Amino acid sequence: MDERGPIELVCPAGSLPALHAAVDNGADAVYLGFRDGLNARNFPGLNFTAADARSGIEYAHGRGVRVFVALNVYPRPKRWAAATAAVDAAVEAGADALILADAGLLGYAAQTYPQVNRHLSVQASASNWCALEFYRQHFGIRRAVLPRVLSVAQVRRVIERSGVEIEVFGFGSLCIMVEGRCALSAHVTGESPNTHGVCSPAHAVRWQELPSGRQVRLSGVLIDEFAPGEAAGYPTLCKGRFEANGSIMHALEEPTSLNVLDILPQLLTAGVRAIKVEGRQRSPAYVAQVTRALRAALDACQRDPAGYRPLLTHAAALERLTEGRTQTLGAYSRPWQ
Amino acid sequence: MKLSVGPLLYYWERAEVFEFYRALERAPVECVYLGEVVCAKRRALKQSDWAAIAEDLAAAGKEVIFTTLALMEAESELAALARVVAGNVTIEANDMAAVQLAGGKPFVAGPHLNVYNGQTLRLLGALGARRWVVPLELDTAAIAELLGERPQGMECEVFAYGRMPLAFSARCFSARVRRTNKDDCGFVCAEDRDGLTVYTRERKPLFALNGVQTQSAQVRNLIGCVSELEAAGVGMLRLSPHSNAAAPFAEVIEAFAQAARGEQAPRCPPSALPGGYCFGPVLERGG
Repeated sequence: MDERGPIELVCPAGSLPALHAAVDNGADAVYLGFRDGLNARNFPGLNFTAADARSGIEYAHGRGVRVFVALNVYPRPKRWAAATAAVDAAVEAGADALILADAGLLGYAAQTYPQVNRHLSVQASASNWCALEFYRQHFGIRRAVLPRVLSVAQVRRVIERSGVEIEVFGFGSLCIMVEGRCALSAHVTGESPNTHGVCSPAHAVRWQELPSGRQVRLSGVLIDEFAPGEAAGYPTLCKGRFEANGSIMHALEEPTSLNVLDILPQLLTAGVRAIKVEGRQRSPAYVAQVTRALRAALDACQRDPAGYRPLLTHAAALERLTEGRTQTLGAYSRPWQ
Repeated sequence: MKLSVGPLLYYWERAEVFEFYRALERAPVECVYLGEVVCAKRRALKQSDWAAIAEDLAAAGKEVIFTTLALMEAESELAALARVVAGNVTIEANDMAAVQLAGGKPFVAGPHLNVYNGQTLRLLGALGARRWVVPLELDTAAIAELLGERPQGMECEVFAYGRMPLAFSARCFSARVRRTNKDDCGFVCAEDRDGLTVYTRERKPLFALNGVQTQSAQVRNLIGCVSELEAAGVGMLRLSPHSNAAAPFAEVIEAFAQAARGEQAPRCPPSALPGGYCFGPVLERGG
């Protein structure tokens, strides 16, 4: 347990400036990935070289902030050597924990570096205490990040029955499918989070301006059409507009962001150990603003959980940063399901 | 090459389910998967009903495997799983909770367990896996790589026919597109006997909604590469049930049985579902 209190704020860093922004604005821990296509934000121009990672970890450790390295794709046989080399490099760079999803890779890390913390990535799809127990028994995981499928009551029950620390998503883009069990992007583009660390890869996206508005396609598949002046979001398949049951609609989900500001006391009471912010693909300025707002909210909530109310300034700051300017509690709130 | 009939992914009426499995007793398949993968609320058949069907299929010479939920959240779901595992049955594990509860008994590693490399495969083999179903998103090159690393005695099964299960969510999409939610679903998924097709705004079939599961609109049909898969070392092909009367499932099975016997140009009925057929790996590109 660190001096900031029992809930850790875990913030994203897709670059060294973003890491600095997270550290400087109150993150307890920062997570990052290498530039090797082996983590779930394999975007052009994003992520860390080994030298950047060492520099970032030194910066964070100098300020009492921990650094986790995400290696959370499922490596195919021909990528296995690269994956174990990435585990080696993360340990070498001084990572405080490895965020892993693949059982084989967890086994490698547990055997080779038993002293380095292993966190179960959300990509491992562990949504119940029994699955968590599997990973704890076999690989000694210390913490798990829960998929965004559980209500707050279910999160609490998992924590009661589980022998590992629980981290949950608190803010950012919302995966509506069970992480690690979604091949929508693979179906259309041939690349997915599990295999390539990408969802709707940028190289497959085509925007087209038409007199009627803008069209966006993914590998040729029309994902959405926007009227002139209408806000247009990134074309992930789960947030496109399609025809279902006779009408054009967001058949799976609207473009929206997860924001748990309103339910922080419930998560605290449930025994959540860490709140994770999504967004390694975001700018340092975004990371700074989200980190600052959530730091203040978490501090207020932990000082006085019963009296906690989200401050309008924090709420407004976060709302400005949400996708399509809309936000949701996602599966934490039962009616969403 | 052996054939299996995968778990029934849709919510059909009770009588229809009995009728479907009754017909399978005489079908040219070696293995039948029973039980629910998608939604714990679907209880038209009780566990005792499934057990009775299993008994008849086993008497007809079929290997019977009980499948398990891909997304387990509630204590009640874990308890139900524990009861199935405690019986004298072999399960298909679709979540590590099932592997954990199997406690070393032989099991089938289902398509949702995320087995992508030899290390994971050997680990599951050591824990009791005797067969594994390749994740839907792996292409034939990746399957061949994995087959080179499998432990001795581990059989490989490939999803060869059917709308592909692509994703699971906490949210019920069959309910959502009818403007309701999971708790008040009214079992509307039963109206979509092969899933509800979702089209792009250019009327191209894209997905099929099936409760909390999202499938491809296209039907994967690997009948054209049965010999290639067999040569690579695949031991079993999975045919996923549908109700589509225009392409009777019995005729699909018969066509695959012809292909499995090495007959040339097996007669597979054309798909009448929107989207038609696609050839895996994962995918035909483009819209």
